[in-house]
Amino acid sequence: MKVLVAVKRVIDYNVKIRVKPDGSDVDLTHVKMAMNPFCEIAVEEAVRLKEKGIASEIVAVTVGPKAAQEQLRAAMALGADRAIHVHTDARVDSLGAAQLLARIVDEEQPGIVLLGKQAIDSDNNQTGQMLAALSGFSQGTFASALEVDEQGATVTREIDGGLQTLRLSLPAVITTDLRLNEPRYAKLPDIMKAKKKPLDVRTPEELDVSIASNISLLGVEPPAERPGGVTVGSVDELIDKLKNEAKVIA
Amino acid sequence: MSILVLADLHDGRLAGVTAHVVAAARAIGGTIDVLVAGEGAQPAAEQAATLDGVSRVRMADNAAYAHRLAESMGQLLEALADDYTHVLASTSTTGKNVLPRLAALKGVGQISDIISVESADTFKRPIYAGNAVAKVHSADALKVITVRPSAFDAVASSVGTDVVIEAVDYVADNTQSRFVSEALAQSDRPELGGASVIVSGGRGMGNGENFKLLGGVADKLGAAVGASRAAVDAGYVPNDMQVGQTGKIVAPELYIAVGISGAIQHLAGMKDSRVIVAINKDADAPIFQVADYGLVGDLFEVLPELENKL
Ligand SMILES: Cc1cc2nc3c(=O)[nH]c(=O)nc-3n(C[C@H](O)[C@H](O)[C@H](O)COP(=O)(O)OP(=O)(O)OC[C@H]3O[C@@H](n4cnc5c(N)ncnc54)[C@H](O)[C@@H]3O)c2cc1C
Ligand SMILES: Nc1ncnc2c1ncn2[C@@H]1O[C@H](COP(=O)(O)O)[C@@H](O)[C@H]1O
Repeated sequence: MKVLVAVKRVIDYNVKIRVKPDGSDVDLTHVKMAMNPFCEIAVEEAVRLKEKGIASEIVAVTVGPKAAQEQLRAAMALGADRAIHVHTDARVDSLGAAQLLARIVDEEQPGIVLLGKQAIDSDNNQTGQMLAALSGFSQGTFASALEVDEQGATVTREIDGGLQTLRLSLPAVITTDLRLNEPRYAKLPDIMKAKKKPLDVRTPEELDVSIASNISLLGVEPPAERPGGVTVGSVDELIDKLKNEAKVIA
Repeated sequence: MSILVLADLHDGRLAGVTAHVVAAARAIGGTIDVLVAGEGAQPAAEQAATLDGVSRVRMADNAAYAHRLAESMGQLLEALADDYTHVLASTSTTGKNVLPRLAALKGVGQISDIISVESADTFKRPIYAGNAVAKVHSADALKVITVRPSAFDAVASSVGTDVVIEAVDYVADNTQSRFVSEALAQSDRPELGGASVIVSGGRGMGNGENFKLLGGVADKLGAAVGASRAAVDAGYVPNDMQVGQTGKIVAPELYIAVGISGAIQHLAGMKDSRVIVAINKDADAPIFQVADYGLVGDLFEVLPELENKL
């Protein structure tokens, strides 16, 4: 079966962003960009499905600016067979991304679509669920284990109280949680080979999707600063401060 | 304005977070209905009826909603949503799983994890692991929103109200997903979400066995126990204990971070706590930058002494 993996270009997870002085948005100039960590887990899972002989072909897809092709190349270096770039320079929110992905799903007819559970820039946690609803696929979010056979998929999900296991019909949308796997690093020869793998460029217009969003960003502010704290010298001092200064323990 | 709040359930009871979501709904203003969906939903529906500000409880009591599976819940919400201007749920794993489906089916955007209501169509929400707060406006006719419970004080509940509980007849038809099993953490300690004191351990704990040292302190304080991702990944403790950007977001009165370095992803989950204590042997650990009280020391010495003296 074919596996589709959606990858998003975001800031590197180590970067602590700043708000622009005019408060219009966050400042991303000269900030290191990378594949969203949850998408790396999604790519890794697709590769493992191929190694197990379940996936026959892996197609990586992204929506975003030209530079996002770097992340598609990275996905191909890790084992994706080809890639689709839906090119737009506009801000695309999760609904827009899901609508575009749904078109690609229509064309490609995958058995499994893998996405990250959350993009670490918007922290939205929406796209996979939206795509599952739009495509009419079954839905397994926050996966920490996945087994796929010809009849369906068994997915273990990280939920608030612990773990939940579901059996899903195919085709299915799966979103990845941190403990699904540990992504491998790409090897140099594979990075070279990835440059020659097919990469198809599409546009929202051609896919007939309007990505204009009704949700607009009015402004961005830094989070509330915490006043500086103090260092205490001993456990006794700590207990005294918590009792008599902060009054958080009796 | 008319608002539908999707209730969270816990062991057949109304989960504590729902009272916080109703508080966000009150800040928006208008009539507030609460949807309680589940199998054997009556007790939770009765609890929901006591929440201040609620006008009506809609109860979908059917085996189809037993585990609140995404496909069934999406259909149910879609069937009810036309009566409303806003649909709200908590940023719980249920809210996150279900609400985006409703948004997509209605062709509207979703605003995730709001921390304040500026007006009926304008909200604030953290982005980039809480390193920025975005103010967003929705021009959609239906506003689909998840609410960070810790950012809103729970509404009170009053017994003896005359709020009606109305049955919803709609039965979802889901052949796509089937519940297989659940492994829920059993603990006598308070839940992370509702606890007023949390003691969390990180990689510095060394192994799962050592978490007993934290447990001793937690028991003295009536605290919940949390963890960093590194501690969960290493298998010291189960996933439901992870605090952070991609785990649970908490804001207790007192948060004690032990053997946790303070990565931005961890801070995102706890930096709105009222008082933060950090215990770490590395004086340069970033956790000290957000701590009100920092104690530089070896946790294997500090924790037993702390337990003794509390
Ligand atoms: C996509 C993504 C999502 C993430 N989400 C989360 C999340 O939700 N929550 C989260 O927590 N992390 C998250 N992380 C991981 C995060 O980046 C850090 O790796 C993690 O928080 C580190 O955990 P830690 O502080 O326990 O471990 P470390 O960074 O290894 O720190 C261990 C600390 O223990 C101290 N220590 C060691 N021994 C002792 C001792 N004997 N006494 C006292 N102190 C001692 C050390 O000085 C050190 O500061 C995420 C990462 C990514 C990429
Ligand atoms: N622009 C995009 N291009 C490709 N995939 C995306 C895009 N936006 C979101 N996704 C996918 O959806 C996941 C969750 O994103 P979000 O719902 O926006 O938090 C990401 O990890 C990606 O797998």
